[in-house]
Amino acid sequence: MLKLTGYSDRIYARPGQTIEFKVNCDGPKTYQADIVRLICGDTNPDGPGFKETLVRTDVSKRYKGRKQVIHAGSRVIIPDSEVFDRLDSFTVQAMIWPTTPDKGEQGLIVRGSPRARAGFGLMIDANGAIALRLADGKCMETVSTGRKLLERHWYFVGATFDAKTRRLSVFQEPLEIFPGVRDGGSARRTVKVRGPGAVRAPLVMAAMPTRIAGDQVFATGHYNGKLDSPRLADRVLDAAEMEALKTGLPASLETAVLAAWDFSLGIGTEQISDISPNRLDGNTLHMPVRGMTGWNWDGETMDWKSDPGQWSAMHFHDDDVYDAAWETDFLLTVPARMKSGLYAARLRAGSHEEYIPFAVSPAPGKEKKIAFLLPTASYMAYANHHVGCTGATELQNGCLAVYSPQDVHLHQYREYGLSPYDTHSDGSGVCYTSRLRPVLNMRPKYQSVLGGFKGSTLWQFNADTHLVDWLEAMKFGYDVITDEELHDRGLEALKPYRTVLTGSHPEYWSPEMWEGLDAWKRRGGRFMYMGGNGFYWKVAFSAETPGIMEIRRCETGIRAWPAEPGEFFNSQDGGYGGLWLRNAHPPQTVGGTGFSAQGFDLSSYYVRKPDSFRPKVSFIFKGVGKNERIGDFGLIGGGAAGLELDRAAPELGTPPNTYVLATSVDHTDVYMLVPEEFLETAPGLGGQECPQVRADMVFFETLNNGAVFSTSSISWCGSLAHNNYRNNVSRITKNVLKRFLDPKPF
Amino acid sequence: MPSSYKIQPEDRPFIEEMRKTPVGHHSPGLNRVLTLLRGEPTEGKEVLVIEEPHKKWRLGICAGERGTPIRLTKKVFDDLEEAEWYVFKRRWKKHTGETIR
Repeated sequence: MLKLTGYSDRIYARPGQTIEFKVNCDGPKTYQADIVRLICGDTNPDGPGFKETLVRTDVSKRYKGRKQVIHAGSRVIIPDSEVFDRLDSFTVQAMIWPTTPDKGEQGLIVRGSPRARAGFGLMIDANGAIALRLADGKCMETVSTGRKLLERHWYFVGATFDAKTRRLSVFQEPLEIFPGVRDGGSARRTVKVRGPGAVRAPLVMAAMPTRIAGDQVFATGHYNGKLDSPRLADRVLDAAEMEALKTGLPASLETAVLAAWDFSLGIGTEQISDISPNRLDGNTLHMPVRGMTGWNWDGETMDWKSDPGQWSAMHFHDDDVYDAAWETDFLLTVPARMKSGLYAARLRAGSHEEYIPFAVSPAPGKEKKIAFLLPTASYMAYANHHVGCTGATELQNGCLAVYSPQDVHLHQYREYGLSPYDTHSDGSGVCYTSRLRPVLNMRPKYQSVLGGFKGSTLWQFNADTHLVDWLEAMKFGYDVITDEELHDRGLEALKPYRTVLTGSHPEYWSPEMWEGLDAWKRRGGRFMYMGGNGFYWKVAFSAETPGIMEIRRCETGIRAWPAEPGEFFNSQDGGYGGLWLRNAHPPQTVGGTGFSAQGFDLSSYYVRKPDSFRPKVSFIFKGVGKNERIGDFGLIGGGAAGLELDRAAPELGTPPNTYVLATSVDHTDVYMLVPEEFLETAPGLGGQECPQVRADMVFFETLNNGAVFSTSSISWCGSLAHNNYRNNVSRITKNVLKRFLDPKPF
Repeated sequence: MPSSYKIQPEDRPFIEEMRKTPVGHHSPGLNRVLTLLRGEPTEGKEVLVIEEPHKKWRLGICAGERGTPIRLTKKVFDDLEEAEWYVFKRRWKKHTGETIR
């Protein structure tokens, strides 16, 4: 178990801005915190070596350690209100689509005070049946339908209680009936409990509160599944009245209904709206998924914006995490003298160590000519993934899965949350990822299960420090701009730069990021795509939910899970999700190449193509021999062409003025063609046979003296430091960067 | 998805190929055997856990259940190819009953 974990409220800041750091120190009494500038996060003794420099700041001192925990599980909280005092006799109802009815008790609509032992709860009981639990402080009774719910089927469920007769009834009605399957039913009983009692408590959906402290509701019994159209009335409604409430709030029932919550209002926010005059509005906690098809989705409409009423469901998960909401332990106000770069708060307590990385952007007017675009959107996509835990990983890797201590921790402590490469505990896809929790695989020194066989085995954040290290070693002045800043500020974030370099795997792009980069390129920006599988997935961020990124894995592509029909549109920005390739903006239009193959065992090398000998591009190969293998060495899988590869494809958008300079060869059969590249199954999709399993190094000119150079391989940057930076990968990169900084037309 | 292939006596020559090249270019025959042996479900599956970065790796066994820790065995490797060969032999025995010397 890791004893030191932490996160920050911001992932980038400019001088003068303040970053808050939140630390869990579980065991050691104190820890030392310092701010360090990160140069190289690779601990491989065969590489350039781990490099960091201490930055003198007010942060440097010992801090008292304290344990901070994450309470995962999404829920809805409706604050307490005097309106609830009318609850004596009552009706509660909802539409549900449970995904784990067998997991044990799960709260659906619960209002109760654990301390007073009073209240009511519509729930799924330990036998997977709908039940109502009622407690008045003295006794508690639970009445169940006794009929087991089916997974992933819609039910109309509810209960009524008549305080005068103490008659309690509960029901579950399947919307679809199967002969011989008895999953519907009801139960009625006269109970001793007098009623839900006069308690002061919020109303909670999708969980069972265990403790209430001010605004905070600690809970257990988290519900997995969809909840739609929950209703609460202050008397026993008859069947026709309950039926009428399914689709809205008829005027005739306005006085009886305490609340009618409509989850189709505020999709993309944390707000919950009650359409009754009582306005018992509330909020979600830990982001249940919104924009989910409801019980009445007819399959004719696909976009929730066109008829939100068909998307009035939310999908709750017991492992949802948005904001860990830890207390702040220390702050850094970025000093004016701190130059732009990659930094981290380094925490140490005995043998325990943790880094909380962040980027510092330049002070306005102090920008350099080069920006390294730190792919933080892609880091968020891989945040705390559990890829190593799946049976298929070893096949995709062609070697054993190798776990770092962080992976071992994430494997066991599931409350640290999931990534969009995972599925939830109920098997549904993870479409929100948050950075407001410790992201344990976005760390220097971290080795990844996706980093190839032997060597440094780095991926994403730590792999990208190879590029930072090279920029430092070559003495190029550079700034670090994050994806998040590009999303926030658009073109303005990139305007000062002549050249922008990507990281090794800039895979995830929001429309705002895309437009910002594209506008900069149209103005003559010179762009170096230093990786592979870039510009692939379309994602959404929202100012309403800072720190969250959304992805809908729809249609095609290498997908960890498939988005369900009718759930292809993001909740955060309303945009259509999936691949940029299917959104009129193929990756090939950005870097000239697009994702074609992946494999995670050995990387390979490039050979020059005829285009590389044309005079216009001679500057790229200055000092590189005609028959040299390019990058047959390196720290990531042993070569510069590896992990994920992109090819030039004029039919998909590679510009007609593109020079294909070099292409990679000799990939193993672990490398296979991506699914969007073939329509019918046939043998021959592996690296030894399939001609599309390759990385194409390309160059092309763009408007206003702009240009693009693309390596098209994730492992390229892992070869830069070979032989003390004296190698053809480093040489080509340097040739291009130096020429790109020269404003002269090509 | 797990392979439905069953190892045949004709697959024995691939043992030597695996010993020489546990990771990298393989013959179609060895690929077929490895799709079976490496593609098993997570429950009971072998993984390596870094003991000392770039130096030592310990064999771990996955429980296949969320939240259940990886069981660490006593077997430690200082070479990743050696670990591949060890796990190959272990799985070969599980599927065929035959011990590879």
